[in-house]
Amino acid sequence: MTFTLNDDQRMLKDTARDFFREQAPVTRLRKQRDEKKNGRDPDLWREIAGLGLAGVIIPEEYGGAGLGFVALGAVLEESGRTLVASPLHSSALAGASALLLAGTDAQKQEWLPRIASGEVVATIAIDEGAHHAPSKSKLKFEGGKLTGAKQYVADGHIADLIIVTGADALYLVKADAAGVTRRELVTADSRGAADITFENAPAEKMNGGADVVDAILDRARIGLAAEMVGSASEAFEITSEYLKTRRQFGQVIGGFQALQHRAAKLFTDLELTRSCVQAALDALDRNANTIAEYASLAKARASETVHLASNEMVQLHGGIGMTDVHDAGLYLKRARATEALYGGASFHRDRYASLLGF
Amino acid sequence: MTKDLEAFRTETRAWLEANCPASMRTPMTGEDDAVWGGRNYEFKNPEAKLWLERMGAKGWTAPTWPAEYGGGGLSADENRVLQSEMKKIGARPPLFSFGLWMLGPVLLEYANEEQKKEHLPKIVRGEIRWCQGYSEPGAGSDLAGLQTKCEDKGDHWLINGQKVWTSYANHADWCFCLVRTDTSVKHEGISFVLIDMTTKGVETRPIKLISGSSPFCETFFTDVKIPKGNMVGRLNGGWEIAKRLLQYERTNISGFGSNTRVDVVDLAKKHVGIEDGALEDRDLRARIAEHKMTERAYALSVQRAQEEAKAGGNVSHMASMFKVAGATLNQDRCELMVEAAGNRALGWSGEGFSPDDIATTRGWLRSKGNSIEGGTTEINLNVVAKRVLGLRDTQ
Repeated sequence: MTFTLNDDQRMLKDTARDFFREQAPVTRLRKQRDEKKNGRDPDLWREIAGLGLAGVIIPEEYGGAGLGFVALGAVLEESGRTLVASPLHSSALAGASALLLAGTDAQKQEWLPRIASGEVVATIAIDEGAHHAPSKSKLKFEGGKLTGAKQYVADGHIADLIIVTGADALYLVKADAAGVTRRELVTADSRGAADITFENAPAEKMNGGADVVDAILDRARIGLAAEMVGSASEAFEITSEYLKTRRQFGQVIGGFQALQHRAAKLFTDLELTRSCVQAALDALDRNANTIAEYASLAKARASETVHLASNEMVQLHGGIGMTDVHDAGLYLKRARATEALYGGASFHRDRYASLLGF
Repeated sequence: MTKDLEAFRTETRAWLEANCPASMRTPMTGEDDAVWGGRNYEFKNPEAKLWLERMGAKGWTAPTWPAEYGGGGLSADENRVLQSEMKKIGARPPLFSFGLWMLGPVLLEYANEEQKKEHLPKIVRGEIRWCQGYSEPGAGSDLAGLQTKCEDKGDHWLINGQKVWTSYANHADWCFCLVRTDTSVKHEGISFVLIDMTTKGVETRPIKLISGSSPFCETFFTDVKIPKGNMVGRLNGGWEIAKRLLQYERTNISGFGSNTRVDVVDLAKKHVGIEDGALEDRDLRARIAEHKMTERAYALSVQRAQEEAKAGGNVSHMASMFKVAGATLNQDRCELMVEAAGNRALGWSGEGFSPDDIATTRGWLRSKGNSIEGGTTEINLNVVAKRVLGLRDTQ
């Protein structure tokens, strides 16, 4: 196991950081929101894909870079820092993983190169109720036709390709296929999503059962946890800077012990979570046999950490943190969306306990 | 891995196989199994003595210390190999020692040649047991407020004062001690001295804790004369050494006192009951799961810090963070164990409770000290806020 980036990974992280800081700072999300784009920014996606970031985990034979999960995790962390609104996670990680793990040779040949180039945006459709419960799917598949309904599909409103999970099977559906109805959701985090119904929609069955569904979800969870660590780190650093500059009672408020201790505790929590996420990404690259444990560990801890960091960001900024003009609200809203996606802390605590045999 | 390192692994494995006695390859059954060494130490198990002697002779109780001071002279990589080979056969640590964990590293950095040659080899071989004279009745969290007086009497130092929370002072042969050599200034008036506990005027008195055990003492110095050569570093230069030593202490201290023989999950399964593979008390189950995650996160973070230190990063300032997190983790673990064991963890002595039950109760009480000893959680959070995060008191 290693926690250290190699040269390729480090270079990719630096590229991603510079690009997101310059081309996709938080002001870009704010602009998208104010222009009611609901997460649509095809120009940005083209640029991201142009840097090769949509193909990081896709093998070279399918037009990707084959750099692995630690590399993609580093990119996602940087994207989380500035709340980049793009289908990077849904398509380059979740969708690509679904095809890599469950795709037939023909499906891989057809879709992976186009996902790697950014031409096609893929996503995975999992939940059918208000909470993450992949094993409770009521999806029906008969004679090549899919019937059922999915809720809050991440990037579902902009995806071209939807990989739909049943309790123990996966299906590949084109977003523009007959029988597919998308209701676009305008979401609090300004990213948008979609409720999608399938009414005898033509679908291709993919390989694998419940274990493959789990394996795909675990990749999505670990990658999302990396993005969340990025958001939490940035929220913490912005807040910490504020404590060093905001003056009251004739001194900077960071001099007050009550606030110093809150900052120190948040920092500790963040560092512990970062270790879990890095170890989980590394476990994916090593193809370790404990990926499920690492996924639940990383996603639960990242959920708790980003929850705390975003709440503290609002509170420690005081009144200004409650205003729309400040970024704290954007971090808070994004935090809750990512916490819920692919299972929150309580879902993963429950799963972790089961995996550990209690 | 390099060829040399592979050769070292083969060699080490063979040596351990030939030299680690069978009973030293079994898990420790409690704090009593820890070997502390020293002039008056009575070994419960002759094999523990043999194990210490063999490891001490090789310098492997202090694997990375220079061989000229009795250490193993191993590189960090070689030490990792040694530790992993020891772990593989379940070898017990041959020696528990404040000399190894705290004093040795600062002697290597600050002591003169004569002091290193005198004290380090005896630490390595477990011949001298050290105690730490830091806290005083009036100097706890505000350690630099210490008052134990050390006067220059020409051919010797004269020491008068009282220390408190001196761990195992009643068993120790020597004490590393902070003393006041200048009363006109605070931090700059402190020196670091070494005191032979058999010197006339040294007296110790054990303190009984809420757990019923007495790991700490009050230590009194009345007109104690020590040689001029027993000061480490320069006169009034002790505070820097004191702080460095605390960093080593904080990395080592956070888990004292808990009953580590029993896993909280096993305890809960036994006493709470299982239904469909899950603990029947779902609320407790969720809290144990959260604790197990924190435990894993902590272990991974220690591993990450070690890797970053190896890569040349400065992680010494992280000691306070780990101290806080480790103390909280251990206390949470003890609380969960007591809760999981129900009334089985409310015993104190006698036949009605198993030794493990009582160890759980007493370990829980002892763990309350984890967030106080070695710098309170509050003081360590101050350190993190100021040194790591750069939050200053006045600006």
